[in-house]
Amino acid sequence: MINNYVLVLAGLAAGPVIGGLVSGADRIITARVQSRIGPPLFQPFYDVAKLLGKEAVVVNVWQAFCAYAYLAAAAISVVLFFLQSDLLLIFFTQAVGALFLVGGALTSTSPYSQIGAHRELLQILSYEPLIMFVIIGMYLETHSFKVSDILQWQEPLLLKLPFLFVALGYGLTIKLRKSPFDLSTCHHAHQELVKGLTTDYSGPFLALTEIGHWFEVVFFLCLSALFWATSWVGMAILLVVTYLLEIIVDNVSARLTWRWMLGYVWAMGLALALVNLIWLYAAR
Amino acid sequence: MFKAFIKKSRIKSPWLLHFDCGSCNGCDIEVLACLTPVYDVERFGIINVGNPMHADIMLVTGTVNHRNRKVLANLYEQMPSPKVVIAIGACGLSGGIFREAYNVVGGVDKVIPVDVYVPGCPAKPEAIIDGVVTALGRFQEKTQALRTGT
Repeated sequence: MINNYVLVLAGLAAGPVIGGLVSGADRIITARVQSRIGPPLFQPFYDVAKLLGKEAVVVNVWQAFCAYAYLAAAAISVVLFFLQSDLLLIFFTQAVGALFLVGGALTSTSPYSQIGAHRELLQILSYEPLIMFVIIGMYLETHSFKVSDILQWQEPLLLKLPFLFVALGYGLTIKLRKSPFDLSTCHHAHQELVKGLTTDYSGPFLALTEIGHWFEVVFFLCLSALFWATSWVGMAILLVVTYLLEIIVDNVSARLTWRWMLGYVWAMGLALALVNLIWLYAAR
Repeated sequence: MFKAFIKKSRIKSPWLLHFDCGSCNGCDIEVLACLTPVYDVERFGIINVGNPMHADIMLVTGTVNHRNRKVLANLYEQMPSPKVVIAIGACGLSGGIFREAYNVVGGVDKVIPVDVYVPGCPAKPEAIIDGVVTALGRFQEKTQALRTGT
């Protein structure tokens, strides 16, 4: 029981701490790739603390509610993951949070916010089936949706689910808001929709959505880590290589249209996922 | 302790809104030059956001005329406090060579309160960065004023 409390606290701390540090490292590496020096490692924490200290301006009360609900759902999904709960439950919690973020953007009448929200819905539509297939693939291999059982599995899942890991990579790129899939909003300052989805979130509520985003990043990194859960070294190598690839992809590609995203991610991602699932099924 | 961290963070993370009020683009190019690898203002946590609702510091270049004065005032009002305004270039300060023109209102301070003036035609990127650093000092006073309600 005490152990559970520790895990809950660890989950709650992991989001802001690891998420913020990953985001800071991301900004430094991105700057180096562009032959700049880049901000300090703790820059994301400065940004969020500053936003928390600003005047609270909301478009309407639902926007504030949605920002809190998004943060809560993202935090709960990470905590459930740390408690080694059911992957389906964790994934649905995360999906509910993602929809609240869209809901908050839709409460504003600003066209930038509205178009950003619609694009975010298309992004969710693109990556949700892929993540679903990844979880199904893990089930076919380990016969369980529970994180605790998957962690007990004796060989790295990456050996049996390589194509699904690539499919998860598409989902990760969309979820980390990296080019070419950063349609709804992006990390970099500018885009054609002002700031898209988060245009009308400001001050402390923007800070809440940013912390929520950190939780989501941690959740998706945890999901990637399950692919090599047998050793800490393997897990670290897998995560670092995956994240570096994400940064390189972000820097070498331009933002593309939602039609291309939906077509490409579904065609390539679902094909990869299906091939892997058929392989798993045939090998049984 | 958290308050002290927020106070430190304000100085570490100024987000800029750049508004071209009617400039010849000379000052605008210099503002954007600050973002390039040569000056790389992101080192100081400075980000050029395109959204008044996210911004802390407003950089205004160019003269104010009767058409865009409402836009300028509107953008200023959309920024959540604490906020500071920097007027850049001869035109932003006083109207510059256009100050006598029939359609020109004058400098930025005719419409919204300006905290820092960066002269030049165009202002050098070094001067603009220096202006931003000066503006950060103003944050402190502004937050005090907010707290006491003056």
